[in-house]
Amino acid sequence: MPAYTLKRTFVALLILIVVSGLTFSLSHLSADPALTIGGEQASEEDIQAIRKLYGFDRPIHVQYLDWLGRALSGDFGESYHYKQRVFDMVSERIGRTMLLGTLAILFALVVSIPLGTLAAMRPNSITDRIALFIAVLGQALPTFWFALMMIIVFGVWWRWLPISGHTQWANYVMPTIALGYYATPALMRLTRAGMIEVLASDYIRTARAKGLSPASVLFKHALRNAIIPVVALAAVWFGFMLGGSIVIETIFNLKGIGWLSYDALLRSDLPVVQAIVLVFASFYVVLTLLADLLNAYLDPRISVR
Amino acid sequence: MSGTILEVENLSVDIPVAAGMLHPVRGIGFTVSRGETLCIVGESGCGKSLTSLAIMGLLPKTARRNADRMEFLGRDIRNLREREMARLRGGSMSMIFQEPMTSLNPSYTIGNQLAEVYLRHVEQSRAAARDRAVFLLEKVGISSAASRLGQYPHQLSGGQRQRVMIAMALMCGPELIIADEPTTALDVTIQAQILHLLAELQREFRMGMILITHDLGIVARVADKVQVMYAGKTVEEGPCETVFDAPMHPYTQGLLRCIPIPGRTRRGERLGSVPGIVPNLVGELSGCMFRNRCDYASDACAGLRDEPTRMGDGHAYTCLRAPEEVLGERQPAEAP
Repeated sequence: MPAYTLKRTFVALLILIVVSGLTFSLSHLSADPALTIGGEQASEEDIQAIRKLYGFDRPIHVQYLDWLGRALSGDFGESYHYKQRVFDMVSERIGRTMLLGTLAILFALVVSIPLGTLAAMRPNSITDRIALFIAVLGQALPTFWFALMMIIVFGVWWRWLPISGHTQWANYVMPTIALGYYATPALMRLTRAGMIEVLASDYIRTARAKGLSPASVLFKHALRNAIIPVVALAAVWFGFMLGGSIVIETIFNLKGIGWLSYDALLRSDLPVVQAIVLVFASFYVVLTLLADLLNAYLDPRISVR
Repeated sequence: MSGTILEVENLSVDIPVAAGMLHPVRGIGFTVSRGETLCIVGESGCGKSLTSLAIMGLLPKTARRNADRMEFLGRDIRNLREREMARLRGGSMSMIFQEPMTSLNPSYTIGNQLAEVYLRHVEQSRAAARDRAVFLLEKVGISSAASRLGQYPHQLSGGQRQRVMIAMALMCGPELIIADEPTTALDVTIQAQILHLLAELQREFRMGMILITHDLGIVARVADKVQVMYAGKTVEEGPCETVFDAPMHPYTQGLLRCIPIPGRTRRGERLGSVPGIVPNLVGELSGCMFRNRCDYASDACAGLRDEPTRMGDGHAYTCLRAPEEVLGERQPAEAP
């Protein structure tokens, strides 16, 4: 296990370096930052001056190494538009996004694992059908529409929940459901398929032949094995939720980094965009790493390979 | 009989399938006493595995079980609720399966899986469960037993896993042990070891054992009683030596011709085979089901009823041919 952890961590670091290089070069190729900073009225001399001032006249790999060196010490530069430190802008908002993403994936898991298990216990029964219906609905409804419907019903008609902001817990209820529900179908189906397969396996027959209680057979022996692929998928979905909450954060005016990235892209605010992409990429890498380690813990055969 | 552990009469299993009703087990009966080994013999699909699952109450959900009598330790187990049945399973009756490679849960250690059944049925003491597990692992011939407790199934070979399965079956000191083809998936060299082990443990702990197999070589070595199954019915039963020495049913005779017997099979002689395949068991069935593969079949066989011809000392067979007829034929064939 320690050797396995070390190996996976090393691979994760490599991925991060590659991702940072890619984002840096892509964003510098897609737009001339000096033009963005100068604005429409800037003269040729102004542009040249800006290039000199920000160091855009240097070769791109020098700029990259310079940026990387400072990024490692937490300095992501200054926003072109807001003239604030990018680090402060991101760290101020990242908590909200992480809270929303965590709540959403927990919601998705809490709904999909019991639902998938229930469906697997009696395939093609009425319970299975209902679970499938709920899941298909989640897949078919566009997130923004579902979010807007919730706002109309719970926010406007019944006035149970606040419809925008991030100051109280109640602000997170609808965004969590809207974001989490989207991940539910895939997780539920994987749980169901895994459980059906595991429940038909020889070791479940052994567990029953040992006279274990139905709960022990189901939760100790079946679920642990069925859930291994679900863990990996949940990690990917968690990454999506942290990076893909742009729509939800915008609709509910919950100003996390999803909202910030949308804003920065509109303004071609490159330092902010780069920092956020790097943060999202780190989320993915760390989550995948955690999922791998959790899987190795759940299935002892994995760390041997 | 005080020594009787299990008594089964007229057990049948029906499974609804797309084509109608499947009758894989059609009226099986037997008794197992303390310290006795009953071998159930038959080819694939004759219903021998389902018979064992029916006793354990482990049939698939769709299957229906019927029996005139099913008494385990003097207690009627036909209408026991699942909860009560689970109390017996793994405790006083336990089972060893055919597939050692997949019968252990890959996610838990050997020690965990051994202790679990003890904690469930005997007492809530982890230390006692551990001691019992080490004792039995040594008993089934696993070296450095204590350190194996922390190992996972994938770290053991097939033979070792089957030894662990046997230890697991013995954790709670069962009265009855059902072994469903326990050596089929193993190397030939390991097969003999595992079989010896089972027979030894069965003697030592005075358990009743039902050994399900299609290997008559195994039967000859360990069985007290033999029951030959064909198409869900018992075609011949009796004490092991009697059935081997004087098989009465054409199917039993056919099976015995398939294995070499020292001193009886001549060098260079071709071993026999039973031509044809097991009949389809869907729908209404009547008469002798072996008649389409039988050398002695006549029109009357289609009207055969389940009235076994009894020969004394428990030997019985279900065939229209009279004992004199069968035994008369046997003489010239047997004298070399």
